Amino acid sequence: MRSEKSNRAPLSLKIAAAGGLTFMHLPILLIFLYAFTTEEKSYQFPPPGLTTQWFGVAWDRPDVWAALALSVKVASIATATALMLGTLCAAAVSQTRFFGRETISLLVILPIALPGIITGIALRSAFSMADIPFSFWTIVLGHATFCIVVVYNNAVARFRRISGSLIEASMDLGADGFQTFRYVILPNIGTALLAGGMLAFALSFDEVIVTTFTAGQQSTLPIWMLEELIRPRQRPVTNVVAMIVVVVTFLPILGAYYLTRDGDQIAGAGK
Amino acid sequence: MTIVAESIILPERRGTAGRLSDFFWRHPRVLLAVLLGPPLLWLGVVYLGSLFALLLQSFFSIDDFSGLINYEFTLATYRQLLSETNLDIIIRTVTMAAVVTLVSALIAFPIAYYAARYARGKWKVLFYLGVMLPLWSSYLVKIYAWKLILAKEGILTWFFEKLNLLWLLDAWLALPVVGGNSLSVSYTGTFIVFVYVWMPFMILPIQAALERVPSNLIEASSDLGGTPAQTFRHVLFPLALPGIVAGSIFTFSLTLGDYIIPQIIGSSRLFIGQAVYAQQGTAGNIPLAAAFTVVPIVIMGIYLWMANRMGAFDAL
Repeated sequence: MRSEKSNRAPLSLKIAAAGGLTFMHLPILLIFLYAFTTEEKSYQFPPPGLTTQWFGVAWDRPDVWAALALSVKVASIATATALMLGTLCAAAVSQTRFFGRETISLLVILPIALPGIITGIALRSAFSMADIPFSFWTIVLGHATFCIVVVYNNAVARFRRISGSLIEASMDLGADGFQTFRYVILPNIGTALLAGGMLAFALSFDEVIVTTFTAGQQSTLPIWMLEELIRPRQRPVTNVVAMIVVVVTFLPILGAYYLTRDGDQIAGAGK
Repeated sequence: MTIVAESIILPERRGTAGRLSDFFWRHPRVLLAVLLGPPLLWLGVVYLGSLFALLLQSFFSIDDFSGLINYEFTLATYRQLLSETNLDIIIRTVTMAAVVTLVSALIAFPIAYYAARYARGKWKVLFYLGVMLPLWSSYLVKIYAWKLILAKEGILTWFFEKLNLLWLLDAWLALPVVGGNSLSVSYTGTFIVFVYVWMPFMILPIQAALERVPSNLIEASSDLGGTPAQTFRHVLFPLALPGIVAGSIFTFSLTLGDYIIPQIIGSSRLFIGQAVYAQQGTAGNIPLAAAFTVVPIVIMGIYLWMANRMGAFDAL
């Protein structure tokens, strides 16, 4: 009797949990509604009418396409760099024992544990001290720095599940270190890396705080959005872009979830 | 001895890869150096290097006449940091971060508790994705959504009007400190958006901590005559506390350093992040900007140290 009773949630808890989740989702749903509004000059609610014409207008905007292309390029290269560095770091930390292992984990987490503005301004003043002009590569450098941690977290969690005897067996059967990596380790950590990579891509694609410090004249999609937020010029186009960004960032999150759902550590638990 | 044993088991490998592999096997320290070298070079040298360079600059000062940086060790910039206006900014930001953290914990706890204790199977997945999607969706889009909501002609005003509660909204806006001309230029607006954007980071750590609480502990408490309130106070809350502290690291740190949310939704009074941005940008006073960044670093350092002592990192 008792256990049956304790398996049902009290009503107040249900309401509080449902209320909390509603609070988290309603604003995002509102974005979808506003993408179709006919109102151009204000954020009037309810929208006076619905139209799909803004999708066409947004499609024809070269500045939106340029910003999108830059964002994708930056995110791809930053993700590739983070995948390499994060995996190396995870392999070293989980496969070997050495003095200062704990410090490495802290070092990897630091770029997202400290407020983004600190990372941003630190890199900016370092660039100016070293006389490095702002470019595509300075943006990538900033992004890769804080993307390493998501790859690292996913890879470390997976490495922990590979039993050491598997690697020893491979070595005993005559495979060298590279073959062991290629045929034993990589298939085991592959999905974790893919998930980590997707999350790193999503993180980079959305990043704005560090980017404002490390970008020169180029504008990534978030920078374009930020300018529209500060000085709204094209509200309907911004509405459409916002909706597309929501849809585009959902895909890697869902993908990463399905790749790691059987794991003990689920991807992206700590952004 | 070891050389003999190895040569008995296997002959030398052929080819460059084979020889390299053997070399690494015999010298694990070299392998470690090869693995750790690139990430350490990136994070330890490039990232930490620029962080230290920045901190170093806070001990320089700016020449009032020429506007150039005077590269001599001085504490003048820190004196400037502790002036009344700057101290105001620091107190305002820390208060905001503390209130945001507190309210985030209040909203996050029921969601985490339901997900950890009652949600099963399909509902568990739904809860998880229901938390993850808002957590990961675009930061700027979330702020933009609130700009739509809080605008004078937006959905919130419409909602209050439909309920004939417009007087309540106006009364709230007429209050000192939290009020303002409209919600989108008041501290209330800034606060709501901060809570909205950072609260999801609180849920998963609390949920992780709650999932480790055996349910028979709660049953034992009620068997022994504890009311639900007593069970919460003496059993559940102490066990969930490390998770709450772990989550609060995110909400606190992220609020502390944010400069975009108060810039877009809020009054014209500055937060630490905005002060840093203004000092390094338009004012060109890098030493003062650097000194300002020391504030969140020190606060977070103390916070992390205390969190570590409470065992919060085990909940991460």
